[in-house]
Amino acid sequence: MKHLFSCLKRYRTEAILAPLFKFLEACMELVVPLVVAAIVNRGVNGGEGTEFIVHGCLILVAFGVAGLAFALTAQYFAAKAAVGVASELRERLFVKLQSFSYAQIDRTGTSAMITRMTSDVNQVQAGVNMTLRLLLRSPFIVFGAMVMAFIVDAQSALVFVAVIPLLAAVVAGVMAACLPLYRKVQNRLDKVYGATRENLSGARVIRAFCKEEDEIARFGARTEQLKRAQKRAGLVSALSGPLTFALVNVAVIALLYTGALRVDGGAIGQGEVVALYGYLSQILVELIKFANFIVTVTRAVACQKRIGKTLDEAGERDVLAPSDGGGDETLAVSFEHVTFCYEGGGAPALKDIDLRVRRGETVGVIGGTGAGKSTLVNLIPRFYAATEGTVRVNGADVKAVSARELRRIVGVVPQKTALFKGSIRSNLLWGDPAAGEETLLEAARRAQAEDVLEAKGGLDGEVVQEGRNFSGGQRQRLAIARALVKAPEILILDDSASALDYATDARLRASLKELGSTVFIVSQRAASLLHADKIVVLDEGRAVAVGTHEELLRTCALYREIYLTQFKEASV
Amino acid sequence: MKRATKDTARGILRYLKPHAAYLVLSAVFALVAVAGQLVVPFLAGRGVDCIVSAGNVDYARLSRVFLGIGLCVAAATASQWFMNLCNNRVVYHVLADVRRDAFRKIEKLPLKTLDARAYGEVASVVVTDADQFAEGLLLAFTQFFTGLLTIFGVLGIMLALRWEIALIVVVLTPASLLTARFIASRTYRMFREQAVARADQTAFIDEMIGNLKTVKAYGHEDENVFVFREKNETLRKSSLRAVFYSSTTNPTTRFINSVVYAAVALAGSLFAIGSGGAFSVGSLTTFLSYSNQYTRPFNEISEVVAEFQNALACAARLFALIAEEEERSDEGLASLGEVDGRVEFCDVDFSYTPERPLIEHMNFTAEAGKRIAIVGPTGCGKTTLINLIMRFYDVVGGSVKVDGMDVREITRVSLRKNVGMVLQDTWIKEGTVRENLCMGAPNATEEEMIAAAKAARAHGFIMRLPQGYDTEIGGEGTLSQGQRQLLCIARVMLSRPPMLILDEATSSIDTRTERIVQAAFAELMRGRTCFIVAHRLSTIETADEILVMRDGSIVERGTHRELLAKGGFYAELYEAQFAG
Repeated sequence: MKHLFSCLKRYRTEAILAPLFKFLEACMELVVPLVVAAIVNRGVNGGEGTEFIVHGCLILVAFGVAGLAFALTAQYFAAKAAVGVASELRERLFVKLQSFSYAQIDRTGTSAMITRMTSDVNQVQAGVNMTLRLLLRSPFIVFGAMVMAFIVDAQSALVFVAVIPLLAAVVAGVMAACLPLYRKVQNRLDKVYGATRENLSGARVIRAFCKEEDEIARFGARTEQLKRAQKRAGLVSALSGPLTFALVNVAVIALLYTGALRVDGGAIGQGEVVALYGYLSQILVELIKFANFIVTVTRAVACQKRIGKTLDEAGERDVLAPSDGGGDETLAVSFEHVTFCYEGGGAPALKDIDLRVRRGETVGVIGGTGAGKSTLVNLIPRFYAATEGTVRVNGADVKAVSARELRRIVGVVPQKTALFKGSIRSNLLWGDPAAGEETLLEAARRAQAEDVLEAKGGLDGEVVQEGRNFSGGQRQRLAIARALVKAPEILILDDSASALDYATDARLRASLKELGSTVFIVSQRAASLLHADKIVVLDEGRAVAVGTHEELLRTCALYREIYLTQFKEASV
Repeated sequence: MKRATKDTARGILRYLKPHAAYLVLSAVFALVAVAGQLVVPFLAGRGVDCIVSAGNVDYARLSRVFLGIGLCVAAATASQWFMNLCNNRVVYHVLADVRRDAFRKIEKLPLKTLDARAYGEVASVVVTDADQFAEGLLLAFTQFFTGLLTIFGVLGIMLALRWEIALIVVVLTPASLLTARFIASRTYRMFREQAVARADQTAFIDEMIGNLKTVKAYGHEDENVFVFREKNETLRKSSLRAVFYSSTTNPTTRFINSVVYAAVALAGSLFAIGSGGAFSVGSLTTFLSYSNQYTRPFNEISEVVAEFQNALACAARLFALIAEEEERSDEGLASLGEVDGRVEFCDVDFSYTPERPLIEHMNFTAEAGKRIAIVGPTGCGKTTLINLIMRFYDVVGGSVKVDGMDVREITRVSLRKNVGMVLQDTWIKEGTVRENLCMGAPNATEEEMIAAAKAARAHGFIMRLPQGYDTEIGGEGTLSQGQRQLLCIARVMLSRPPMLILDEATSSIDTRTERIVQAAFAELMRGRTCFIVAHRLSTIETADEILVMRDGSIVERGTHRELLAKGGFYAELYEAQFAG
């Protein structure tokens, strides 16, 4: 709950005023039976006449007017606080999720992150709103009615004292029973969302395999599970209304009986019994309303817990370790006996990597599928932190450099290229928001993306979500241009020219050479790496050899094999 | 808007129809529950009349009253619970049905429609809108009907007890209804604004959280937060309006209720004085209690109406999705059956947007069993050809034929069953490795599956996964692009269709593995018509025909040797492969 409360802090005034005005409204309602008792006792039975009755009724209307004013004020404050809290929660979640490390992103999963920010927050908003409006108002009315009952007749009021804890127990019991059930509902809902998203992104493959009907069936099974969870939760939550109704009416019987004895003994009049009955009715009315919203609140609490768990996670820390004094500053990048294991991934993905790269060098990384090529380059900007050993950039341990700074120095074009909705310009500006027209065009030229610009209407050409209006190769070149706009000291192309044809790829490499940056090229194609200053050959997480093309061709059997598979056929 | 609302209502009714029995049952339970609830105040009033003053208490009658109250309460309690259960059943079933239909629609929409919409937006309709719709519906069932019954029941009893006072209540009722209506009509618009703002934000979240790794790689977090804040603020404002206005209904009607209450108290008291005991204090108690009961349903109904506005707005979006135009139905079309695999492009025109023509007057024939390679610079329209062959998109002019049949005249299923596809974009569904592999061949045996995985060189890494073939994969996951691609290849190896499309099918695999996979591919390709898009020219040298594309048209065609000898564009591309 701590996150909820801290979000509420900004709306402290509203959060206090809303229940306060609800309280005032409740007070107005609580006086009503007293006025009625007076009308009955003094106006009807006591013979004080019509004028007294009319006055009494006018007072009732006046209380109504005041009640309306208080209620409207309360609703406004409640809405403002609830909506504000939701907005604040969403922002905090967004910021928190963005601070997640790659490992956390892997662990949490996209669809869970998105549900957290959308439907979970909506539930919390509804819950907060209801809580401010009812959770406090209802106890006011219930306890207020009890207090008023004591004022009317202390002995009869004991009935209230007996029934209220029972009511509280029912309400609390139902809520407690529902909470885990609703959590289950939310988890099932996550699955439904996941399936929906997956089918949107995989529409082509699903259709190619004619799997539409199967997917519909699978989705059907998931909604079926969701439905079952919902019905189970509904079974319990539907109990609260009927149970409170029964309890209050048992209390009515008890009250009438006590009232009969008291009136018989001459302690109170008929009017008092009417008033006491009126208070019990008020409790009933209030609780029925309350029962209806238990569901909302219970669901909100379940969602709030999930949100809280996400917010509790520590995001990626900006700096992971104190500086160790640094190493050789003439080296752009160095790996010192680096070993890395993915979380829960079992065997190490990289084992004892040792590598030194001077400024301005071009380094090729080659190796089989799953050899650890991407992992290797992902350690440089510290997307993942080395499990053992040290990765250094410009001599400094990357764990001691702020993530911000590190990622300014290092530009990465990942395997999976993502473009974002907007224009080509807005996408390129990701590299450097302050970049001018000329810089953008220059970067595009270098990335061999000029013809993309030409075909799509220049820098202001539209980019739809995920860049789906571009082909794979076009996307890759724009992604490279985006990285170049950043003018990184170290540029990493993680197999990000794979969709380019050879001619374009060759031109790209030539133009990158002119830049003078340190460049890492991960590639399957030996041709892309021929002229690298250094080629790292990876095999099952180990660097089996490091050297130039000629050296490797002589000394590394694995490299020779890779090279020959690509060139033997071609050169025939 | 009126019409739209009516259509939405009709849509809801259609979904409710199959559950009519439960709705009737729910109505019966509601009737019993309301009746029980209404008799209690009447009996309580009788009880009060038994307690007049000191020494004047009728205990015998009082105990009969207690028995009556007890019975009513028992009946009302039980039927209220049963009613709730019926309603839950109906609503959750309807929710599941609507979701299923919406999802079914996603599977049937033309790709053109899907490609044009943000995933998050569509997903938000299926998930969030459906949820809110169900919530509104449930509220309506549990409160609207009992509310109505209560109103009429109370009115009836009051009329029977003292019609003059009842008349006061009746006269004041419309005020309550009018206010509720007035507010509801305003809230609908605000809820719609809110839905729009929410969808916009969801799309943004979906995009940025979906590509979080890229966001982080570019340190774009702050800019995102900036945009997010703006969208968040828009949503906050529209939500505040929607939430506040919808919540004014309740206090307003409550106020009108208190006026009714005061009027009843006044009239009742005057009657009690005037009637000389015929209208007792007990009757007044009953009346007041009823006027409370009478007005409460108005509150509830008005609340339901407000809430229901939101539900309607959500339902409208759901139904709009469900009503979207599907791909032209395959009904009545011939099935392709076993094919030889001859593919023809006859004078094909195609473009994604009318303003920008892409393919014009394209003609070529791929004879059955031939291997066709498509080569050309990035963005020249290679992938588009595949979209057309698979009929993901329909041609604008001309026709694509398989075995002489226009693909638009045969069922999609029969067409696609005949084509195996491995794309550069490796999509893996959430599920086990086994489920993914057997997508195209659900009846494959364990041995066949493993053989296919071995041929695709995927068996090794699959066995290294925690649960082997039963490991859950999908989503962002830990599989590398290369591993994912190997799975996609194994998937096609297992289904062995007569035609193959390989769009950069091995782009993420290392060359050593690729060579081994190629051998398996070569075996697979024998006797099958293949379309191969690749940049590694080495993989296409053995093609029977190479189509060299540029800017949407075929500029050269022929075998590798012919094209090299020609010394044209292809030769240029080929040379570049070995250039520094």
